[in-house]
Amino acid sequence: MAKIDARIPEGPVAQKWTNYKKNQKLVNPANKRKLDIIVVGTGLAGAAAAASFGEMGFNVKIFTIQDSPRRAHSIAAQGGINAAKNYPNDGDSVNRLFSDTVKGGDYRAREANVYRLAEVSTSIIDQCVAQGVPFAREYGGLLDNRSFGGAQVSRTFYARGQTGQQLLLGAYQALMRQVNLKTVKLYTRNELVDIVLVDGKARGIISRDLVTGETQRHFGHAVVMATGGYGNTFFLSTNAMGSNGSAAWQAYKKGAMFANPCFAQIHPTCIPVHGEFQSKLTLMSESLRNDGRIWVPAKKEDAEAIRAGKLKPTDIAEENRDYFLERRYPAFGNLVPRDVASRAAKERCDAGFGVGTTGLAVYLDFKESIERLGKDVIEARYGNLFQMYEKIVDDNPYDTPMMIYPAIHYTMGGVWVDYELQTTIPGLFCAGEANFSDHGANRLGASALMQGLADGYFVLPYTVQNYLADDIKTPRMTGDEKEFVETEKAVKDRFEKIRNVNGNRSVDSIHKELGLVMWDFVGMARNKEGLQQAIEKIRAIKKEFWSNVRIPGDKEGMNIELEKANRLADFIEIGELMAIDALNREESCGGHFREEFQTEDGEAMRQDDKFAYVSCWEYKGDGQEPELHKEELKFEDVKLIQRNYK
Amino acid sequence: MEKNINITLKVWRQKNAREKGRFETYQVKDVSTGSSFLEMMDILNEQLINEGNEPVAFDHDCREGICGMCSLYINGRPHGPDDGVTTCQLHMRKFKDGDTIWIEPWRSAGFPVIKDLIVDRTAFDKIIASGGYVSVNTGGVPDANAIPIPKPDADEAMDAASCIGCGACVAACKNGSAMLFVSAKVSQLALLPQGKVEAARRAKNMVAKMDELGFGNCTNTGACEVECPKGISVAHIARLNREFLKAKVQD
Ligand SMILES: Cc1cc2nc3c(=O)[nH]c(=O)nc-3n(C[C@H](O)[C@H](O)[C@H](O)COP(=O)(O)OP(=O)(O)OC[C@H]3O[C@@H](n4cnc5c(N)ncnc54)[C@H](O)[C@@H]3O)c2cc1C
Ligand code: SF4
Ligand code: FES
Repeated sequence: MAKIDARIPEGPVAQKWTNYKKNQKLVNPANKRKLDIIVVGTGLAGAAAAASFGEMGFNVKIFTIQDSPRRAHSIAAQGGINAAKNYPNDGDSVNRLFSDTVKGGDYRAREANVYRLAEVSTSIIDQCVAQGVPFAREYGGLLDNRSFGGAQVSRTFYARGQTGQQLLLGAYQALMRQVNLKTVKLYTRNELVDIVLVDGKARGIISRDLVTGETQRHFGHAVVMATGGYGNTFFLSTNAMGSNGSAAWQAYKKGAMFANPCFAQIHPTCIPVHGEFQSKLTLMSESLRNDGRIWVPAKKEDAEAIRAGKLKPTDIAEENRDYFLERRYPAFGNLVPRDVASRAAKERCDAGFGVGTTGLAVYLDFKESIERLGKDVIEARYGNLFQMYEKIVDDNPYDTPMMIYPAIHYTMGGVWVDYELQTTIPGLFCAGEANFSDHGANRLGASALMQGLADGYFVLPYTVQNYLADDIKTPRMTGDEKEFVETEKAVKDRFEKIRNVNGNRSVDSIHKELGLVMWDFVGMARNKEGLQQAIEKIRAIKKEFWSNVRIPGDKEGMNIELEKANRLADFIEIGELMAIDALNREESCGGHFREEFQTEDGEAMRQDDKFAYVSCWEYKGDGQEPELHKEELKFEDVKLIQRNYK
Repeated sequence: MEKNINITLKVWRQKNAREKGRFETYQVKDVSTGSSFLEMMDILNEQLINEGNEPVAFDHDCREGICGMCSLYINGRPHGPDDGVTTCQLHMRKFKDGDTIWIEPWRSAGFPVIKDLIVDRTAFDKIIASGGYVSVNTGGVPDANAIPIPKPDADEAMDAASCIGCGACVAACKNGSAMLFVSAKVSQLALLPQGKVEAARRAKNMVAKMDELGFGNCTNTGACEVECPKGISVAHIARLNREFLKAKVQD
């Protein structure tokens, strides 16, 4: 089956987007009013897209599971957003952002998409400033920049430690303006539970009102999913509690391909796990690595004494500290990409040098920068993060180093999309973290916000319009067509089935079990045997779920356990596909580290001759092995080399 | 140092908006003081589910103090007995062994109860929709550095923009006024050249919407500022009033 066609426009990489726009089809204003677009998700990607569609004159319906669009998970992003503005005049350019991103992604991303991302990045900053986003500024009144992992230039714009919040509020306000103008209709606490196909095209969704428990049928000429990542497969992650992979998974089950599911990012700077009732992990922004130095004791006995509570980090003399990132990677030091930093921390802890009561932590120390810059400068830069840390851990990072450890943070994999961000289902588009498109095997810091807003403001408005231009004669459907009715019935049956299991275990207890299997076998370091075991274990968990989950409460009205159970059922299957994909990919690249494929000094080793492709998985039915399709990646503009941050 | 404590909870239970609510009493044992308050609620819920009962419904998402989704009126204070934090950032080390903790939803005419501890805060979205934005479309805007903005203005705008829309200010106010929330947005945008153009009109529309939705009047009690987890200052209310007066003069 020649199903995988990325439909990349002709021409040199720098011309492709211009060429695309030149040839793109338009819809005239009178026809726009007759066309309905469903947008699912109000994060950066969804809110930006819906606001833009509304401004263009389309009829938009937008859905979120939270009580307000302003609460999407994007709100939590701390550090910043990249853009190739080159305001500091330090040698940045679209081309450099492009090649940094391809390299940072360990050469597993599609060049054409990444180039477009870098190209539109500059417009994002203009747009946000025009909306009143209060980015950090210098005394001269111009915008301030900082640097982030994987880059040697300062191209990251930020709003204190709350960049995601400010960007999302900008997009949210633009969205609410359209709600006020009645071009957008907003559905809150309302969850996509299935996608409706008519003649092979996406024509709507079935949603579930989380307050009444009732299902609803919604028609759209096109459907855009911007539902975020599936990092919560691991139970513990830095994602918000409600983040889930269910919408993407329903798309997969309806025929959309799922790409590179095993590419999950582990973030090096999170607050370490403290107990079995821990519900989520808190990220300490990567921007801290600009001024914080990462170390563990150089002597094992010191590490042991610290774990036993007999020594404090401040007792360890300078010469007895091992600044292992600076030691191993002198060129990038503490600013190596996330995957490299995470693995280096794991390596030290596995070797017995870890700190904290569990030994699964390393220090992030600000002593030197406080001495160099003064406490007030550090406070201005990171005050809210330090406060957050102190509230959680009850330690003051101005006086004693923070403790950090890697945690699951972001999923590069996701629904496969072509250049237009269209899935293999015509009329179904996917944007933001939910798609797989721009970050390859590893995402650079501050690039997710960039991608979400690029997709929403500057890509989908063109590509969805191009698709709809052929659809102006398609009349609105009422939702009473048999495809809608049948899909709704299947959804209701599914929820009934979950409720009727009537077993003995809470949703969370099963989810935790899944999370442990994922972390142990499909986490930071993977190997063949472990992955095979993981697949068996996950299948057993699936069985346990469907025979032993317990959902108290009623069918009608709000039932949070039922919502969670429905999402967990999908997480289990996503976990299985992640393991299958990780097993297939016999190489180490980016966030995917196969122990069998490493250099002598423990660096990741790609197998470009065999794996320079996107794995695209096709659903073949419940309990059936999925089928692998390959999108071969061609590198015409960035040279394929082993990443080197030394 | 962390230790384990036993506590008694008095939790507001209410099946839905129509039915009457009541307090239920629960015991939770061996809670680590290193746990967050919501992790303690998770433990309670796990206990309830294992007994075959319905867990307590409460709103939460980010669990790190930024989304504004969590709420809870704990021992008579919105977001509980710690300063400058949201409920999800509250830790059990603030409580002692043997404590009784009262947990209620936000209580305000503007925020009807949906279930147990969950309230409907869509009124805040309606207020933003009435004017809490700069009226620009996507594309065709000037370069981001075209208009320099004095750093103090940008910083003050950022202070105001830190509002997370949680509603604690309304819950804390005896009049159920949403003035602190409204003023934070009006002030942020009025401080920036991009938002200044519409400042007066914005203030007028947002205040009108707030009144229409049943929020009370501001009588300057200052209770909102005390309970705001993000330290939003009542000085923003003064700026809102100035913009509001300008709008009246223009009318
Ligand atoms: C703690 C943290 C810090 C981060 N910091 C940075 C940073 O500094 N820079 C950076 O670039 N990136 C950062 N990231 C990553 C970045 O925040 C996310 O990747 C990005 O915001 C995702 O945006 P999104 O629009 O794709 O999805 P989200 O913001 O996750 O939004 C998903 C939306 O979909 C809705 N939804 C989900 N499922 C359904 C359904 N079935 N039905 C209806 N609606 C649904 C949700 O309600 C929500 O509105 C950070 C991430 C975390 C966790
Ligand atoms: S002003 Fe403060 S209390 Fe009120 S909604 Fe905003 S953050 Fe919450
Ligand atoms: S859960 Fe997000 S602020 Fe508390």
